[in-house]
Formats: sequence, C-alpha cells, structure tokens
Amino acid sequence: MSFQELRNYERELHQFHLRLAVAGAAVLIAFTLLVGRFVFLQVVQHDVYASKAEDNRISIVPIPPNRGLIVDRNGIVIARNYSGYTLDIFPRRVNSVERTINELSELIEITPRDRARFRKVMIETRNPESVPIRSRLTDEEVAKFAVNRYRYEGVEIKARLFRQYPYAEVASHAIGYMGRIDARDQTHLEEEGVDANYRGTDFIGRTGVEGSYEDELHGTTGFEQVEIDAAGRGIRTLSRTPSKSGNNVALTLDIRLQQVAEAAFGERRGALVAIEPATGGVLAFVSKPGFDPNLFVDGIDPQSWAELNSNPDLPLNNRAVAGVYPPGSTFKPYMAMAALELGKRTPRYTINDPGYYVFGDRRFRDSKPGGNGVVDLYKSIVVSSDTYYYQLANDMGIDAIAGFMKNFGFGSRTGIDVQGEAAGVLPSPEWKQARFRDPRQQKWFPGETISIGIGQGYNAYTPIQLAQALATLVNGGAMYRPHLVAHIEDPRSGDRRYIEPELVRQAPLKKDNVEFVKRAMAGVNKDGTGARAFAGAQYTSGGKTGTAQVIAMKQNEKYDEAKVSERHRDHSLFIAFAPLESPKIALAVVVENGGFGARAAAPIARTVLDYFLLGKTPKGLVLPQTDDEVEDDRESD
Amino acid sequence: MALESSFTLRRVGVRLSEGIDQTLLLVILTLSVLGLAALYSASYESPVRVLNQLANLAVAFAAMWIAAQIPPQTLMRFAVPAYVVGLAFLVAVALFGDVVNGARRWLHVGVTRFQPSEMMKLALPLMLAWYFHRKESAIRLRDFVLAALLVAVPVLLIARQPDLGTAALVAAAGFYVIFFAGISWRVLVVVAVLGAASVYPLWTHLHDYQKKRVLTLLDPTTDPLGAGYHIIQSTIAVGSGGLSGKGWLNGTQSHLEFIPERHTDFIFAVFSEEFGLIGNVVLLILYSLLIGRGLVIASGAATIFARLMAGAIALMFFTYAFVNMGMVSGILPVVGVPLPFLSYGGTALLTLFIGAGILMSVQRHRKLVQT
Repeated sequence: MSFQELRNYERELHQFHLRLAVAGAAVLIAFTLLVGRFVFLQVVQHDVYASKAEDNRISIVPIPPNRGLIVDRNGIVIARNYSGYTLDIFPRRVNSVERTINELSELIEITPRDRARFRKVMIETRNPESVPIRSRLTDEEVAKFAVNRYRYEGVEIKARLFRQYPYAEVASHAIGYMGRIDARDQTHLEEEGVDANYRGTDFIGRTGVEGSYEDELHGTTGFEQVEIDAAGRGIRTLSRTPSKSGNNVALTLDIRLQQVAEAAFGERRGALVAIEPATGGVLAFVSKPGFDPNLFVDGIDPQSWAELNSNPDLPLNNRAVAGVYPPGSTFKPYMAMAALELGKRTPRYTINDPGYYVFGDRRFRDSKPGGNGVVDLYKSIVVSSDTYYYQLANDMGIDAIAGFMKNFGFGSRTGIDVQGEAAGVLPSPEWKQARFRDPRQQKWFPGETISIGIGQGYNAYTPIQLAQALATLVNGGAMYRPHLVAHIEDPRSGDRRYIEPELVRQAPLKKDNVEFVKRAMAGVNKDGTGARAFAGAQYTSGGKTGTAQVIAMKQNEKYDEAKVSERHRDHSLFIAFAPLESPKIALAVVVENGGFGARAAAPIARTVLDYFLLGKTPKGLVLPQTDDEVEDDRESD
Repeated sequence: MALESSFTLRRVGVRLSEGIDQTLLLVILTLSVLGLAALYSASYESPVRVLNQLANLAVAFAAMWIAAQIPPQTLMRFAVPAYVVGLAFLVAVALFGDVVNGARRWLHVGVTRFQPSEMMKLALPLMLAWYFHRKESAIRLRDFVLAALLVAVPVLLIARQPDLGTAALVAAAGFYVIFFAGISWRVLVVVAVLGAASVYPLWTHLHDYQKKRVLTLLDPTTDPLGAGYHIIQSTIAVGSGGLSGKGWLNGTQSHLEFIPERHTDFIFAVFSEEFGLIGNVVLLILYSLLIGRGLVIASGAATIFARLMAGAIALMFFTYAFVNMGMVSGILPVVGVPLPFLSYGGTALLTLFIGAGILMSVQRHRKLVQT
C-alpha cells in the first residue's frame, strides 16, 4: 500500500467513524424525543388518559339483523322468527362457570340437557362473549331472575330472535337447519371477509335452503355506539346504525303438496322429487325420514344429536339429492328413446319373449316367468318386458347407451340449489376403468351391458336426477336446472329478484319419438303395471314402475320377498308425469325396501298427482291455508 | 465414557456458540422474552398465538445462527442475485399478486405465499454495500446517482402496492448505506431541500387512506371511529399506563379489545399500558444497546462491504423501533411497521434475526489489528 493510498484509507475510515458517531447521536436524540413523549403521556397527562381509560369507553355493540323468512310458492311461511329470552352467562365476567350454574339452578330450572348443551357450546365456540345456559324462558322465569339479578354477576337475560319452523318435519330436507357458529365457521367467515357482519349473530344456515341461501337470508348487522363503564356495562347510547333484515326467500315448493306427499309415505323410508318441467322449479322435495329443524334453533343438545346420528334410518341423510338408487325399470323409457333416436329399433319391430335372454352361457331371467310372448316397443314399456331390453342393450352396446343417457343428465349432478348432491353413476367402460384399482376389474365385460338395459347393474342415480330426466323427456329434450327457490324479496322495498329458468342443455330429440314414449308411458297407467294405482284417475298421465334389487340374486335363485330381511327387500320406484298433453309436473318416487314399484311407489305418485291436479286432499289430513284464503273464509262466514 | 460424552457435549456447545456475539444475543433474548410476555397478555383469548410465536422464534434463531456462520466475503456473492430475484418478485407481485385488504402485496409460491417486499429490506442494503465495496475508495457522485436508482426502483414498486410503511423502511435501509458510504453533506442538504419541495406533488399521489392517516395524525379526533381510532386508543393505552404501568395482564385497553392489531403492530400499546414509563425506558435502553453494539461492530469491520452492511442493519433496527413506538404514541403516522423482536409474526422476525446474524458474522471476521 502506497503512502497516498494509506492516507486515503485513513481519511475514509475516519470519515466513516465520524458518520457512525453522527448516526449514534441521531439515535440518542430520537430516543430522547420518544422518552419526552412518553413522559408527557404517562406522567404529565396520565390523569387525563387514566380517566379516559377508566370510565369513558365507547363500545360498539352489534345489532344482529332479522333473518329473512322462507315462504312456499303460495306465500305460506315455513321458516320464521320469534323473539324469546335466553339466560346468558358471560364466561369472562364470572369466576367459576360451574358454580354460577349451580347457583342459578336454585332459582331457575336447569336440566342436565341444558348443561350438556352449554358445555358443548363452550368447547366449540372460539372466545364466546356470552353463552346461553337456558333458552325460551317463560315470563315467570324472566320476572324471577330480574328480581334476583343483583346476586348474579356475569349473568344476564338476553332477548333474541329464534328461528321457528311451523311445520316441523315437513320439508325439513329442503329447508335445512341452522347451527351455532363454531370455530370452523368463524375461520370460514374470516376468509370470506364477512366476519364483521356476523358479530352478534350466533347461528348460521347449515343445510338446505337455510344453508345455500345464507347470504340472502342473513341481512346486514347494525351497530350501536354505547358508552360503557369500567365493568363493561352500557351507560348510554351515542349513535345507532340500524340493522337491515335479510331477504325473504320464496320457494317453488308447495308446502301443501309436500305435506300430502310426506303423509303418503307414512313411516316408510324413501324420497320423492316433483319438478315443474317448464322451469325446473321443484314442487315437492321429500326425504323420509326427516327431522325437526326446531331442535337445532338454540343449539342442539348432544343427546338429540346423538339420537339423530345413530338412528339406523339416517334421518339427516338427504335422500332426495344424496341417496343413490338403481333406477330399475324406470330406465326403460330412456332406453326406448335411445333405441328410436339411434335407429336401433322401430316401433314395429317385435321380439319373442320366452321369459329369459341367453347371452353366452348365461341366462338373464325376465321378471315375468314364461315371458310376455310377442313384444314390440310399446308393449315393452307397458308390460315392462326385461327380455326386450336385455336384447336391446346388447345390440346398442355400452358406449352408445352411456353416450345417449347423458342427454337426460344421468350420472351428473343437476346443480340444484341445496348442498350435498351426489353424482350417481352412469356406467361406462371409462367409468369402470377409473373406479377400480385391480386391472382385472377395470375391464368392461359385454355381459355387464345386458342388465344395464333394465336399470340394474352399476346404474345408480339420485331421485333428483330421476325427476330431472323425466322432466327433460316430457320437455322434448330441454333440460332445466332444478331449483327450490322461485324468487328473493327485499322485505323493505318489496323488490323481487326472480330465479330465471336455466336451460342446461337441449337434447336434439325427434318429436315423434318423444310422443311415442310418452304414449307408451300413458299405456302403463292405463293398461300396464301402473294401471291398478291409477284406476279411475280423472286426468291423463304417464308413468313407469321400477323395482331395484338391493342384493344380487344367484342365477337360479328366485326372489322371495318373505324370505329376505326387510332391509334387503327391493326398492320400489315410480316415475310419473301429468297431464299427458302438456305436463305440469314430473316426479320420481323411491320407497326403500318397498318391494315392487307398482305396489309401494305408484300409489304415492297417484296421491300426489291427485292433490296437485285436482286438489284432492287425503282423508284426515289438514293442510295450512294462505293468508288470502284465511281472509276469504272470514268474509264468507 | 462419561468424560468422553461431556467432552463431546462441550465441543458441540463450543461449535454452536462460535461466531455468536454474546452482547447481541443477550439483548435479543431479553427483547424476545419481553415480547412473549406482552403477547401472552394480548392474546389471553387464544394462547396458541404464544406457542406459534415460540415456533417463529425457534426458526428465527436458527436462521440467525446460520447467517452468523456465513463470512461477509461469501455473503457478498449473494448480493446481486438476491437483489435481482427480489426485484423480479416485486414485478411479479405487481402483475399477479394477491390482493389482501386492498393492497397487492402477496405472491403465491406453491402452497404458501409471501411478501417479496420483506426480502428487499435486506437485499437492497446488500446490493448497495456490494456496489460501493467494488468501487472501493474511488466513489464518485455518479455512483451515488446509480445507487439512488437502485433504491428508487424497488421502493417505488413497493409504494404502489401500496405499502408505504415497508417502502419507507426499504428506502431508509438504502439511504443508510449511501450515507455511510460517504455521500457529501452538501448533496444531502440539496436532496433534503428538494425532498421537502416535492412533498406537495407527492401528497396528491397518495391513496385516500394514506392521506387520511397523515391528517388524522394531526388531529385524531376528526375521525374517532375510522383512521383516528387506532391512534386515540393506543395513546389512551400508553397514557393510562402511567409511571409503572397497570401490571402484567392488567391492561384494560388491551383486554377490553380497544386496541386493534394488538398482537402485531400495536403490541407496544399493550406493553406500555402494563409496564408504564419504566418499562418503556427499559425497552429504549435495550434498543440503544442493540443499536450501539451494531455501530461498534460496524466501526471495527474488516471491509467496506462489512462495515456498510453492519451500519445499515444497526440503523434499520433503530428505524423499526422508532417508527413503531412513534406511531403507537401518536407522533408518527400509522404505517405497518412491527416493533423489532416483540411483534407477533414470523416474516418480520426472520428478517430481523438474519440481520442480527449478519452483524455477528461481521464481528467475527473483524480486523484483528487496528491500523
């Protein structure tokens, strides 16, 4: 290093040290400034801020909105709110929650169920401000507590709106139920960025319309600025932004039709979906057994929850959209449609039905021993000939069947506006390839195609799909997305937002072919397998029975209903539409383990159509009235 | 056998403590413990946060240790790539970043997302220090112009996300390097005057919420429920703390949830309410020790790169602490700056601890003989 360089280096280093010193001084000056500020705030002005902190606190109290009503297509209210009182414990303001509950129980009745529910809520809710120990207090209980209030710090009576479902179990799977907002919901709300709007709201729609239209029903939370004292009690209200009620949701569903349909099921398990073909609006949406959504409105107690979940009839299972069933012979009209459209059969083509169909070394039995003799396409539907469709399926091949059935939406979700829909299975070699791991099982065998033709085999569809398929058929190929909601109404302005029919697909079906199949289905109800159920009907209709095997029969074994246990009996199915010329309703009925389609499911369809078209109410059933009708009655009195 | 294992244990201990500056370590540990205490008080409703922060601290300590093992010579090689990658990420954020709370700051990388602006807090000083180191003693005015450009590009990108707080911090880090590199006072004065003159045109470019924050700082009572709410409530918290504070876990402002973001940027309000003026002064002394130690390390650094880096990091700690405490006590606008080593959050901790690690590495490779 030269002398010059060394001097430069020295000078530079000196300069750097100088700048470090400047920086150090600046840091000290800045920190002194902070100390000055702290002294000003914490010593000089301490009294001012201490009193501000002590007794001049402004608290923002949320005002939860009224939840929107749910009404049926005639305006009958099926979900409403009523105000009631709850006894709430503020866990942060009491020393021992247990002791407080024990002390309260001396004054007001607290059952073990109440305690269990309270514990459940405490566990599931993140940082709850207050948790109800009792709900639906009587006026007497309210008065009793009010007198003794001073003895219970951290316990208060709260007025709250409860959800109420006047028809209890009726349409429970369409309406759905509410659940207390738990930690997972909270996280979800935060992710959606709507957690502020849920301050003060304890419940959220979980399933059905309550769940899928939560955003519409909930409303906008208002706020009140309240001055509170050191203990957090409100002294006076400073300002108020009122809440905005949630929108009312009007369904396409007819609650009276629904009630008729559910009554027709009685205690049997199953599902029924009725659709208005022209719009896709769902008229009836049955899943039996149902549940009472009122059980959930103030937090279901663990015992009832366990009962619902352990019930072998699975009342919480929404069979209408999540239950998958083989369609059985209700598949035949679509097979007939495929045969005509793809040119595989003409109406005049006949077969001789000896009561079985031989494929390779296998014999496929017809449900009618001895067969139906000479069978053409029309008769094949009316008498439900299996042999005809065994042969047809074999002639068409699985690829043609699977390709054509997509026209009716088989095996794909309909997109109905409730959650939890299953896709079902439209069998095809591709599906089988994806479904199984074992390469030996992945291959499609031609023999498997045979039973697909009569709606057995891997076929598995939801009742909503069966109803949608029929609606599409009677529409001549126009498929509308099924929906439960007709319109959404702003309760203040009365503005309505209608849910427009949504055309999902338009299958290019020939009108003649559609009319032929519809006529054949009318034949079913006149002279065929549905004739007994539809004897004396005062309207034209089309139908098709179906019987779906629950357990596979061995080749030479005969199905004997008496011998198989109730749970292994065949499912009974029926699809129907009416009137024949311009159908206003298309429905699918499944009765689990109901046996032959003609016996269990067809009479239910008849009852529903009788009410829908003729207003015929089954004996002993009292149906609700709309406000207008109540008004009319009063005038005529 | 026992002798052998205790010997091994000692060797491991020696190896682990190699290159770790004890003064820095002690100060940082104390700050972290104070942070955990304040955090515990602030998160009485979800103590999980404290455990999360412990995990964050563990990761950050490991990162610090690794940074301390990297000699400044090696670190220099990362300067250009880190800067270029950081810049690329910032451009990517501007193009396809996620918008959270109205600002586009986050970038998705695989399953996780991160803020590239955070990375710039170290990458920018690294780049500048490397640049000046290469120029050695022949630094001319046009080098400073280029350096200013290197600062301006990322800062503008971050400012338009918009994230004014981080932009200011990154700009400050760049400025410190330029300052220590020996820019003449005359130029500084000229730039300062020009800066003051450009306040008005800049003001017109601010977002409404940023303007609001500056305005409400001047008079918080104009908007008590909006932008002023933070300042009013945190000032009440600090003021009501008094000389010795309300005591740990006894802060009413924080426990009655009057302080927003009390785990992160406003944790000082919680600390100050519960530990009072005495606590604040202790905190300031700790920060002074930290910064002072950093400046001392800078003065003994072996290379230009090392001393510029060390000086910049020391002043970065200062900037964080000063801006954060200033905003909580109501003398600086509310910008998103965490309180170093105390605020909840893994990303900020990581940057700070890596900075400390670099300081330690500089100290370890200092000049052994004073010339």
